[in-house]
Amino acid sequence: MAAGMPMKYSAWGLLRGALTGHRNWAPAWREAAPKPRYDVVIVGGGGHGLATAYYLAKNHGISNVAVIERGWIGGGNTGRNTTIVRSNYLYPESARLYDFSLTLYENLSRELNFNIMLSQRGLVLLAHSRHDLDAMSRWANAMRMNGIAADLLTREQVGELAPALDLSPRARLPILGGFIQRRGGTARHDAVAWGYARAASRLGVDIVQNCEVRGFIDEGGRAVGIETNLGPIRAERFGIAAAGHSSVLAKLAGFRLPVTSYALQALVSEPIKPLLDTVILSPGTGAYVSQSDKGEMVIGAMLDLFPSYAQRGSFAVGQAIVAATLAMFPAFSRLRMLRQWAGIVDVVHDSSPIIGATPNPSIFINCGWGTGGFKAIPVGGWTLAHVLATGRNHPLAEAFQLERFSSGRLIDEAAASGIAH
Amino acid sequence: MMQIQCPYCGVRDENEFLCGGSSHLARPTLDATDRAWGEYLFFRDNPKGVHLERWRHAQGCGRWFNVARSTVTHEIFAIYGMTEAPPDLARL
Repeated sequence: MAAGMPMKYSAWGLLRGALTGHRNWAPAWREAAPKPRYDVVIVGGGGHGLATAYYLAKNHGISNVAVIERGWIGGGNTGRNTTIVRSNYLYPESARLYDFSLTLYENLSRELNFNIMLSQRGLVLLAHSRHDLDAMSRWANAMRMNGIAADLLTREQVGELAPALDLSPRARLPILGGFIQRRGGTARHDAVAWGYARAASRLGVDIVQNCEVRGFIDEGGRAVGIETNLGPIRAERFGIAAAGHSSVLAKLAGFRLPVTSYALQALVSEPIKPLLDTVILSPGTGAYVSQSDKGEMVIGAMLDLFPSYAQRGSFAVGQAIVAATLAMFPAFSRLRMLRQWAGIVDVVHDSSPIIGATPNPSIFINCGWGTGGFKAIPVGGWTLAHVLATGRNHPLAEAFQLERFSSGRLIDEAAASGIAH
Repeated sequence: MMQIQCPYCGVRDENEFLCGGSSHLARPTLDATDRAWGEYLFFRDNPKGVHLERWRHAQGCGRWFNVARSTVTHEIFAIYGMTEAPPDLARL
Protein backbone atom coordinates (compact mmCIF):
# COMPACT_ATOMS: atom_id res chain seq x y z
CA MET A 1 0.00 0.00 0.00
CA ALA A 2 1.31 3.42 -0.94
CA ALA A 3 2.54 5.62 1.89
CA GLY A 4 -0.12 7.93 3.20
CA MET A 5 -2.99 5.90 1.73
CA PRO A 6 -5.58 4.96 4.30
CA MET A 7 -5.54 1.28 5.19
CA LYS A 8 -8.56 -0.99 5.14
CA TYR A 9 -9.95 -1.29 8.65
CA SER A 10 -10.42 -4.78 10.07
CA ALA A 11 -10.34 -6.66 13.36
CA TRP A 12 -6.80 -7.76 12.50
CA GLY A 13 -5.79 -4.16 11.76
CA LEU A 14 -7.23 -3.03 15.07
CA LEU A 15 -5.29 -5.72 16.92
CA ARG A 16 -2.09 -4.78 15.08
CA GLY A 17 -2.72 -1.11 15.90
CA ALA A 18 -3.18 -1.98 19.57
CA LEU A 19 -0.03 -4.13 19.70
CA THR A 20 2.06 -1.30 18.26
CA GLY A 21 0.70 1.23 20.73
CA HIS A 22 -1.57 2.94 18.16
CA ARG A 23 1.44 4.81 16.78
CA ASN A 24 1.17 3.64 13.18
CA TRP A 25 -2.31 4.64 12.04
CA ALA A 26 -2.34 6.41 8.69
CA PRO A 27 -4.60 9.47 8.30
CA ALA A 28 -8.11 8.38 7.32
CA TRP A 29 -8.22 10.72 4.34
CA ARG A 30 -5.82 12.79 2.29
CA GLU A 31 -5.79 16.55 2.81
CA ALA A 32 -5.46 18.23 -0.58
CA ALA A 33 -4.44 21.62 -1.97
CA PRO A 34 -6.84 22.65 -4.71
CA LYS A 35 -5.94 22.00 -8.34
CA PRO A 36 -6.78 24.76 -10.83
CA ARG A 37 -9.51 22.70 -12.53
CA TYR A 38 -11.96 19.88 -11.73
CA ASP A 39 -14.90 18.20 -13.39
CA VAL A 40 -17.08 18.94 -10.36
CA VAL A 41 -16.58 21.16 -7.33
CA ILE A 42 -18.78 20.57 -4.29
CA VAL A 43 -19.15 23.59 -1.99
CA GLY A 44 -19.69 22.42 1.57
CA GLY A 45 -17.75 19.66 3.37
CA GLY A 46 -20.50 18.39 5.61
CA GLY A 47 -22.17 15.01 5.35
CA HIS A 48 -24.18 15.93 2.26
CA GLY A 49 -21.21 17.38 0.36
CA LEU A 50 -18.89 14.51 1.23
CA ALA A 51 -21.57 11.93 0.36
CA THR A 52 -22.12 13.70 -2.97
CA ALA A 53 -18.42 13.44 -3.77
CA TYR A 54 -18.34 9.78 -2.77
CA TYR A 55 -21.34 8.82 -4.92
CA LEU A 56 -20.01 10.87 -7.86
CA ALA A 57 -16.90 8.69 -7.79
CA LYS A 58 -18.58 5.42 -6.80
CA ASN A 59 -21.81 5.49 -8.83
CA HIS A 60 -20.76 7.62 -11.79
CA GLY A 61 -17.00 7.16 -12.10
CA ILE A 62 -16.36 10.90 -11.76
CA SER A 63 -13.44 11.29 -9.38
CA ASN A 64 -11.88 14.52 -10.62
CA VAL A 65 -13.85 16.20 -7.87
CA ALA A 66 -13.05 18.63 -5.06
CA VAL A 67 -15.01 19.20 -1.86
CA ILE A 68 -14.42 22.78 -0.71
CA GLU A 69 -15.02 23.46 2.98
CA ARG A 70 -14.79 26.88 4.61
CA GLY A 71 -13.91 25.42 8.04
CA TRP A 72 -13.21 21.77 8.75
CA ILE A 73 -15.20 18.83 7.41
CA GLY A 74 -18.23 17.90 9.44
CA GLY A 75 -17.88 21.08 11.51
CA GLY A 76 -21.23 22.64 10.58
CA ASN A 77 -24.58 20.99 11.08
CA THR A 78 -23.08 17.49 10.69
CA GLY A 79 -21.25 18.12 13.96
CA ARG A 80 -24.15 19.96 15.57
CA ASN A 81 -27.14 17.67 15.17
CA THR A 82 -28.72 15.11 17.46
CA THR A 83 -27.85 12.11 15.23
CA ILE A 84 -31.40 10.81 14.75
CA VAL A 85 -32.18 8.65 11.70
CA ARG A 86 -35.77 7.85 10.70
CA SER A 87 -38.12 7.79 7.72
CA ASN A 88 -41.49 8.50 9.35
CA TYR A 89 -42.84 11.00 6.84
CA LEU A 90 -46.38 11.46 5.55
CA TYR A 91 -46.30 11.83 1.77
CA PRO A 92 -45.21 9.18 -0.75
CA GLU A 93 -42.49 11.39 -2.27
CA SER A 94 -40.90 12.01 1.13
CA ALA A 95 -41.37 8.42 2.31
CA ARG A 96 -39.48 7.12 -0.74
CA LEU A 97 -36.72 9.68 -0.31
CA TYR A 98 -36.12 9.26 3.42
CA ASP A 99 -36.57 5.49 3.44
CA PHE A 100 -33.99 5.12 0.67
CA SER A 101 -31.68 7.14 2.93
CA LEU A 102 -32.33 4.89 5.90
CA THR A 103 -31.74 1.83 3.72
CA LEU A 104 -28.37 3.25 2.65
CA TYR A 105 -27.55 3.95 6.31
CA GLU A 106 -28.32 0.32 7.16
CA ASN A 107 -25.46 -0.86 4.94
CA LEU A 108 -23.17 2.15 5.28
CA SER A 109 -20.64 0.83 7.82
CA ARG A 110 -19.91 -2.12 5.51
CA GLU A 111 -19.93 -0.04 2.34
CA LEU A 112 -17.58 2.63 3.71
CA ASN A 113 -15.48 0.21 5.81
CA PHE A 114 -16.05 2.68 8.64
CA ASN A 115 -18.19 2.01 11.69
CA ILE A 116 -20.89 4.68 11.71
CA MET A 117 -22.32 3.09 14.88
CA LEU A 118 -25.84 2.88 13.49
CA SER A 119 -28.13 1.91 16.35
CA GLN A 120 -31.69 1.11 15.26
CA ARG A 121 -33.08 1.45 18.74
CA GLY A 122 -36.47 2.67 17.57
CA LEU A 123 -38.01 6.11 17.57
CA VAL A 124 -41.10 6.65 19.72
CA LEU A 125 -43.49 9.57 19.28
CA LEU A 126 -45.64 10.39 22.27
CA ALA A 127 -49.35 11.20 22.15
CA HIS A 128 -50.58 13.47 24.95
CA SER A 129 -54.22 13.93 23.98
CA ARG A 130 -57.09 12.25 22.17
CA HIS A 131 -56.24 14.44 19.18
CA ASP A 132 -52.60 13.34 19.27
CA LEU A 133 -53.78 9.71 19.23
CA ASP A 134 -55.90 10.36 16.14
CA ALA A 135 -53.10 12.26 14.43
CA MET A 136 -50.64 9.45 15.17
CA SER A 137 -53.01 6.78 13.85
CA ARG A 138 -53.17 8.77 10.66
CA TRP A 139 -49.40 9.22 10.63
CA ALA A 140 -48.61 5.54 11.25
CA ASN A 141 -51.22 4.52 8.66
CA ALA A 142 -49.70 6.89 6.10
CA MET A 143 -46.31 5.28 6.73
CA ARG A 144 -47.74 1.79 6.29
CA MET A 145 -49.49 2.85 3.09
CA ASN A 146 -46.02 3.92 1.90
CA GLY A 147 -44.59 0.52 2.82
CA ILE A 148 -42.73 1.65 5.95
CA ALA A 149 -43.37 -0.27 9.16
CA ALA A 150 -44.85 1.64 12.09
CA ASP A 151 -46.65 0.38 15.19
CA LEU A 152 -49.13 2.18 17.38
CA LEU A 153 -48.34 1.93 21.08
CA THR A 154 -50.57 1.97 24.14
CA ARG A 155 -49.57 3.94 27.21
CA GLU A 156 -48.41 0.68 28.83
CA GLN A 157 -46.25 -0.22 25.84
CA VAL A 158 -44.64 3.24 25.93
CA GLY A 159 -43.94 2.64 29.62
CA GLU A 160 -42.25 -0.67 28.89
CA LEU A 161 -40.00 0.96 26.29
CA ALA A 162 -39.10 3.96 28.44
CA PRO A 163 -39.90 3.50 32.13
CA ALA A 164 -38.17 6.77 33.04
CA LEU A 165 -41.00 8.74 31.42
CA ASP A 166 -43.57 10.36 33.67
CA LEU A 167 -46.53 8.06 32.95
CA SER A 168 -48.76 9.34 35.73
CA PRO A 169 -52.15 10.81 34.78
CA ARG A 170 -51.17 13.92 36.75
CA ALA A 171 -48.23 14.71 34.45
CA ARG A 172 -48.24 18.20 32.92
CA LEU A 173 -48.87 16.50 29.56
CA PRO A 174 -50.12 12.97 30.38
CA ILE A 175 -48.92 10.24 28.02
CA LEU A 176 -51.81 8.37 26.38
CA GLY A 177 -49.86 6.32 23.86
CA GLY A 178 -47.81 6.89 20.76
CA PHE A 179 -46.21 5.08 17.87
CA ILE A 180 -42.83 3.67 17.00
CA GLN A 181 -40.69 3.31 13.91
CA ARG A 182 -38.47 0.43 15.01
CA ARG A 183 -35.94 0.97 12.21
CA GLY A 184 -35.34 4.52 13.42
CA GLY A 185 -32.51 5.29 15.81
CA THR A 186 -29.18 7.05 15.91
CA ALA A 187 -25.82 6.99 14.14
CA ARG A 188 -22.48 8.53 15.01
CA HIS A 189 -22.49 11.89 13.23
CA ASP A 190 -18.72 12.43 13.01
CA ALA A 191 -18.23 8.89 11.72
CA VAL A 192 -20.67 9.56 8.88
CA ALA A 193 -18.66 12.61 7.76
CA TRP A 194 -15.28 10.92 8.25
CA GLY A 195 -16.41 7.66 6.66
CA TYR A 196 -17.64 9.39 3.52
CA ALA A 197 -14.51 11.60 3.46
CA ARG A 198 -12.22 8.59 3.71
CA ALA A 199 -14.10 6.60 1.09
CA ALA A 200 -14.25 9.57 -1.30
CA SER A 201 -10.58 10.34 -0.74
CA ARG A 202 -9.66 6.73 -1.57
CA LEU A 203 -11.49 7.11 -4.88
CA GLY A 204 -9.42 10.19 -5.75
CA VAL A 205 -11.59 13.07 -4.51
CA ASP A 206 -9.72 16.12 -3.20
CA ILE A 207 -10.94 17.40 0.17
CA VAL A 208 -9.90 21.01 0.71
CA GLN A 209 -10.43 22.53 4.15
CA ASN A 210 -10.16 26.19 5.22
CA CYS A 211 -11.20 27.22 1.74
CA GLU A 212 -13.94 29.84 1.57
CA VAL A 213 -15.87 30.61 -1.60
CA ARG A 214 -15.87 34.39 -2.19
CA GLY A 215 -17.56 34.49 -5.55
CA PHE A 216 -18.43 32.65 -8.75
CA ILE A 217 -16.59 33.29 -12.01
CA ASP A 218 -19.27 33.92 -14.60
CA GLU A 219 -19.02 33.48 -18.37
CA GLY A 220 -22.17 34.35 -20.27
CA GLY A 221 -24.52 33.63 -17.39
CA ARG A 222 -22.85 30.33 -16.53
CA ALA A 223 -20.58 29.69 -13.54
CA VAL A 224 -17.21 28.38 -14.74
CA GLY A 225 -15.23 28.77 -11.54
CA ILE A 226 -15.13 29.94 -7.97
CA GLU A 227 -12.98 32.57 -6.33
CA THR A 228 -11.61 31.37 -3.01
CA ASN A 229 -9.06 32.45 -0.42
CA LEU A 230 -6.81 29.76 -2.00
CA GLY A 231 -7.20 31.21 -5.48
CA PRO A 232 -9.58 30.52 -8.35
CA ILE A 233 -10.80 26.96 -9.03
CA ARG A 234 -12.54 26.14 -12.30
CA ALA A 235 -14.99 23.34 -12.93
CA GLU A 236 -17.64 22.12 -15.36
CA ARG A 237 -20.32 21.88 -12.70
CA PHE A 238 -20.85 22.96 -9.12
CA GLY A 239 -22.83 21.39 -6.32
CA ILE A 240 -23.85 23.48 -3.32
CA ALA A 241 -24.45 21.58 -0.09
CA ALA A 242 -24.18 24.34 2.47
CA ALA A 243 -27.34 23.98 4.61
CA GLY A 244 -27.93 27.21 6.55
CA HIS A 245 -25.47 29.10 4.34
CA SER A 246 -27.19 28.16 1.06
CA SER A 247 -28.65 31.67 0.64
CA VAL A 248 -25.19 33.22 1.08
CA LEU A 249 -23.79 31.10 -1.77
CA ALA A 250 -26.89 31.64 -3.90
CA LYS A 251 -26.42 35.39 -3.52
CA LEU A 252 -22.81 35.08 -4.72
CA ALA A 253 -24.15 33.22 -7.76
CA GLY A 254 -26.87 35.82 -8.35
CA PHE A 255 -30.09 34.08 -7.37
CA ARG A 256 -32.36 33.70 -4.33
CA LEU A 257 -33.79 30.66 -2.57
CA PRO A 258 -37.04 30.04 -0.66
CA VAL A 259 -34.94 29.49 2.46
CA THR A 260 -34.74 31.19 5.84
CA SER A 261 -31.86 30.37 8.18
CA TYR A 262 -32.61 29.71 11.83
CA ALA A 263 -30.59 28.51 14.80
CA LEU A 264 -31.58 25.07 16.06
CA GLN A 265 -30.12 24.26 19.43
CA ALA A 266 -29.39 21.07 21.27
CA LEU A 267 -27.76 20.11 24.52
CA VAL A 268 -26.09 17.13 26.11
CA SER A 269 -25.85 16.15 29.75
CA GLU A 270 -23.08 14.59 31.76
CA PRO A 271 -22.86 10.83 31.10
CA ILE A 272 -25.06 8.67 33.29
CA LYS A 273 -25.79 4.95 33.56
CA PRO A 274 -27.97 3.35 30.88
CA LEU A 275 -31.49 4.73 31.28
CA LEU A 276 -33.03 5.12 27.85
CA ASP A 277 -32.45 2.66 25.00
CA THR A 278 -34.80 4.22 22.48
CA VAL A 279 -35.43 7.72 21.09
CA ILE A 280 -38.36 9.59 22.63
CA LEU A 281 -39.91 12.49 20.74
CA SER A 282 -42.85 14.48 22.01
CA PRO A 283 -44.49 16.86 19.56
CA GLY A 284 -46.59 18.07 22.51
CA THR A 285 -43.74 19.25 24.72
CA GLY A 286 -41.55 20.02 21.71
CA ALA A 287 -38.50 18.11 22.92
CA TYR A 288 -36.84 14.80 22.07
CA VAL A 289 -34.29 12.78 23.98
CA SER A 290 -31.91 9.90 23.36
CA GLN A 291 -28.95 8.51 25.27
CA SER A 292 -25.61 8.39 23.51
CA ASP A 293 -23.32 5.37 23.72
CA LYS A 294 -21.17 7.40 26.11
CA GLY A 295 -24.18 7.78 28.41
CA GLU A 296 -24.98 11.43 27.78
CA MET A 297 -28.61 12.42 27.39
CA VAL A 298 -28.85 14.16 23.99
CA ILE A 299 -31.70 16.66 23.92
CA GLY A 300 -33.08 18.64 21.03
CA ALA A 301 -36.19 20.75 20.54
CA MET A 302 -37.64 23.80 18.88
CA LEU A 303 -36.09 26.46 16.68
CA ASP A 304 -35.15 29.94 17.78
CA LEU A 305 -37.87 31.46 15.61
CA PHE A 306 -36.06 34.46 14.17
CA PRO A 307 -33.51 34.49 11.33
CA SER A 308 -30.01 33.79 12.58
CA TYR A 309 -26.53 32.78 11.41
CA ALA A 310 -25.11 32.95 14.93
CA GLN A 311 -24.58 29.19 15.61
CA ARG A 312 -25.71 29.71 19.18
CA GLY A 313 -29.17 29.38 20.63
CA SER A 314 -30.92 31.93 22.78
CA PHE A 315 -31.31 31.41 26.50
CA ALA A 316 -35.10 31.78 26.23
CA VAL A 317 -35.41 28.72 23.98
CA GLY A 318 -32.80 26.81 25.98
CA GLN A 319 -34.97 27.30 29.04
CA ALA A 320 -38.05 26.07 27.15
CA ILE A 321 -36.18 22.95 26.02
CA VAL A 322 -35.17 22.09 29.57
CA ALA A 323 -38.73 22.66 30.80
CA ALA A 324 -40.11 20.42 28.02
CA THR A 325 -37.61 17.69 28.84
CA LEU A 326 -38.44 17.78 32.55
CA ALA A 327 -42.15 17.55 31.73
CA MET A 328 -41.36 14.15 30.18
CA PHE A 329 -38.54 13.00 32.47
CA PRO A 330 -38.89 14.55 35.94
CA ALA A 331 -35.93 12.43 37.11
CA PHE A 332 -33.60 14.57 34.98
CA SER A 333 -34.08 17.58 37.27
CA ARG A 334 -30.70 16.96 38.94
CA LEU A 335 -28.90 16.27 35.67
CA ARG A 336 -26.12 18.68 34.76
CA MET A 337 -25.77 19.82 31.16
CA LEU A 338 -22.28 19.66 29.70
CA ARG A 339 -22.68 21.42 26.40
CA GLN A 340 -25.24 23.49 24.53
CA TRP A 341 -24.87 24.58 20.93
CA ALA A 342 -26.78 25.49 17.78
CA GLY A 343 -26.57 24.78 14.09
CA ILE A 344 -27.90 27.04 11.35
CA VAL A 345 -30.68 25.23 9.52
CA ASP A 346 -32.15 26.05 6.12
CA VAL A 347 -35.91 26.08 6.61
CA VAL A 348 -38.22 25.97 3.60
CA HIS A 349 -41.97 26.68 3.75
CA ASP A 350 -43.01 23.10 3.10
CA SER A 351 -40.24 21.56 5.25
CA SER A 352 -39.04 19.55 2.25
CA PRO A 353 -35.66 19.68 0.54
CA ILE A 354 -34.54 21.13 -2.77
CA ILE A 355 -32.28 18.83 -4.82
CA GLY A 356 -31.54 19.84 -8.38
CA ALA A 357 -31.11 22.69 -10.84
CA THR A 358 -30.78 26.39 -9.99
CA PRO A 359 -31.25 29.44 -12.24
CA ASN A 360 -27.52 29.09 -13.08
CA PRO A 361 -27.10 26.25 -15.62
CA SER A 362 -23.87 24.87 -14.11
CA ILE A 363 -24.87 25.13 -10.42
CA PHE A 364 -26.94 22.43 -8.69
CA ILE A 365 -28.09 22.58 -5.11
CA ASN A 366 -28.97 20.32 -2.21
CA CYS A 367 -30.61 22.35 0.56
CA GLY A 368 -33.80 22.93 2.52
CA TRP A 369 -33.48 19.91 4.81
CA GLY A 370 -34.12 22.34 7.64
CA THR A 371 -34.14 20.66 11.01
CA GLY A 372 -33.65 17.13 9.65
CA GLY A 373 -30.63 16.96 7.37
CA PHE A 374 -28.59 14.31 9.14
CA LYS A 375 -30.94 11.41 8.39
CA ALA A 376 -30.91 12.43 4.73
CA ILE A 377 -27.14 12.55 4.18
CA PRO A 378 -26.91 9.33 2.11
CA VAL A 379 -29.86 10.16 -0.16
CA GLY A 380 -28.91 13.84 -0.40
CA GLY A 381 -25.47 12.82 -1.66
CA TRP A 382 -26.86 10.10 -3.91
CA THR A 383 -29.38 12.34 -5.67
CA LEU A 384 -27.16 15.45 -5.96
CA ALA A 385 -24.39 13.27 -7.44
CA HIS A 386 -26.90 11.88 -9.94
CA VAL A 387 -27.99 15.27 -11.25
CA LEU A 388 -24.39 16.57 -11.31
CA ALA A 389 -23.23 13.54 -13.28
CA THR A 390 -26.12 13.09 -15.70
CA GLY A 391 -27.77 16.51 -15.87
CA ARG A 392 -31.09 14.79 -15.10
CA ASN A 393 -32.93 14.65 -11.81
CA HIS A 394 -32.82 11.40 -9.92
CA PRO A 395 -36.38 9.95 -9.84
CA LEU A 396 -36.36 10.24 -6.03
CA ALA A 397 -35.59 13.97 -6.33
CA GLU A 398 -38.01 14.77 -9.16
CA ALA A 399 -40.67 16.19 -6.81
CA PHE A 400 -38.15 18.26 -4.86
CA GLN A 401 -37.31 20.97 -7.38
CA LEU A 402 -37.20 24.77 -6.98
CA GLU A 403 -39.97 24.84 -9.59
CA ARG A 404 -42.53 23.74 -6.99
CA PHE A 405 -42.50 27.19 -5.40
CA SER A 406 -44.12 28.69 -8.49
CA SER A 407 -46.21 25.68 -9.55
CA GLY A 408 -47.64 25.35 -6.03
CA ARG A 409 -46.88 21.62 -5.89
CA LEU A 410 -45.54 21.82 -2.34
CA ILE A 411 -44.88 18.72 -0.23
CA ASP A 412 -45.83 19.96 3.18
CA GLU A 413 -44.07 17.83 5.77
CA ALA A 414 -44.30 20.36 8.60
CA ALA A 415 -46.25 17.85 10.68
CA ALA A 416 -43.65 15.10 10.24
CA SER A 417 -40.55 17.24 10.59
CA GLY A 418 -40.65 16.52 14.31
CA ILE A 419 -39.64 20.05 15.31
CA ALA A 420 -42.04 22.94 15.75
CA HIS A 421 -41.49 25.46 12.95
CA MET B 1 -31.40 36.79 25.53
CA MET B 2 -32.15 39.72 23.24
CA GLN B 3 -33.63 42.85 24.78
CA ILE B 4 -36.08 44.42 22.34
CA GLN B 5 -37.31 47.99 22.63
CA CYS B 6 -41.04 47.85 21.96
CA PRO B 7 -41.91 51.36 20.67
CA TYR B 8 -45.07 51.27 22.81
CA CYS B 9 -44.04 49.41 26.00
CA GLY B 10 -40.28 49.91 26.31
CA VAL B 11 -37.48 47.35 26.68
CA ARG B 12 -38.65 43.76 27.17
CA ASP B 13 -37.14 40.27 26.94
CA GLU B 14 -37.05 38.48 23.61
CA ASN B 15 -39.54 35.81 24.66
CA GLU B 16 -42.35 38.37 24.83
CA PHE B 17 -42.03 38.87 21.06
CA LEU B 18 -42.66 36.97 17.84
CA CYS B 19 -40.68 37.54 14.68
CA GLY B 20 -42.89 37.91 11.60
CA GLY B 21 -40.16 37.59 8.96
CA SER B 22 -38.93 40.03 6.33
CA SER B 23 -40.40 43.53 6.05
CA HIS B 24 -41.04 45.66 2.99
CA LEU B 25 -42.19 42.82 0.72
CA ALA B 26 -44.26 44.36 -2.06
CA ARG B 27 -47.35 42.33 -2.93
CA PRO B 28 -47.57 41.82 -6.70
CA THR B 29 -50.63 42.85 -8.65
CA LEU B 30 -53.39 40.30 -9.32
CA ASP B 31 -52.19 39.65 -12.87
CA ALA B 32 -48.76 38.57 -11.59
CA THR B 33 -47.22 35.45 -13.14
CA ASP B 34 -46.95 32.26 -11.07
CA ARG B 35 -43.22 32.86 -10.86
CA ALA B 36 -43.62 36.42 -9.54
CA TRP B 37 -46.25 35.22 -7.04
CA GLY B 38 -43.97 32.37 -5.90
CA GLU B 39 -41.11 34.85 -5.50
CA TYR B 40 -43.29 37.05 -3.32
CA LEU B 41 -44.59 34.20 -1.16
CA PHE B 42 -41.48 32.10 -0.68
CA PHE B 43 -38.17 33.56 -1.91
CA ARG B 44 -36.22 35.65 0.58
CA ASP B 45 -32.87 37.48 0.69
CA ASN B 46 -32.10 35.68 3.98
CA PRO B 47 -29.04 37.91 4.49
CA LYS B 48 -26.06 37.07 6.66
CA GLY B 49 -25.86 40.57 8.10
CA VAL B 50 -28.47 43.29 8.63
CA HIS B 51 -32.04 42.06 8.15
CA LEU B 52 -35.13 44.29 8.07
CA GLU B 53 -37.86 42.33 9.81
CA ARG B 54 -41.24 42.60 11.52
CA TRP B 55 -41.71 41.84 15.18
CA ARG B 56 -44.87 41.70 17.26
CA HIS B 57 -45.05 42.30 20.98
CA ALA B 58 -47.22 39.20 21.32
CA GLN B 59 -47.13 38.94 25.13
CA GLY B 60 -47.49 42.68 25.59
CA CYS B 61 -49.35 45.32 23.61
CA GLY B 62 -49.76 43.00 20.61
CA ARG B 63 -48.60 45.64 18.15
CA TRP B 64 -46.28 45.20 15.16
CA PHE B 65 -43.16 47.22 14.42
CA ASN B 66 -40.02 46.97 12.25
CA VAL B 67 -36.51 46.07 13.39
CA ALA B 68 -33.14 46.32 11.65
CA ARG B 69 -31.10 43.55 13.26
CA SER B 70 -27.88 41.67 12.52
CA THR B 71 -28.51 37.97 11.90
CA VAL B 72 -24.90 37.26 12.92
CA THR B 73 -24.55 39.15 16.22
CA HIS B 74 -28.31 39.71 16.88
CA GLU B 75 -27.46 43.38 17.53
CA ILE B 76 -30.43 45.68 16.90
CA PHE B 77 -29.55 48.83 14.94
CA ALA B 78 -32.92 50.48 14.49
CA ILE B 79 -36.56 50.12 15.45
CA TYR B 80 -39.16 51.92 13.34
CA GLY B 81 -42.86 51.99 12.59
CA MET B 82 -44.69 49.62 10.25
CA THR B 83 -45.33 52.30 7.64
CA GLU B 84 -41.98 54.08 7.95
CA ALA B 85 -39.29 53.81 5.29
CA PRO B 86 -36.37 51.53 6.19
CA PRO B 87 -33.22 53.18 7.53
CA ASP B 88 -30.25 53.59 5.21
CA LEU B 89 -28.48 50.21 5.46
CA ALA B 90 -25.15 51.68 4.42
CA ARG B 91 -25.17 53.87 7.53
CA LEU B 92 -25.96 51.09 10.00
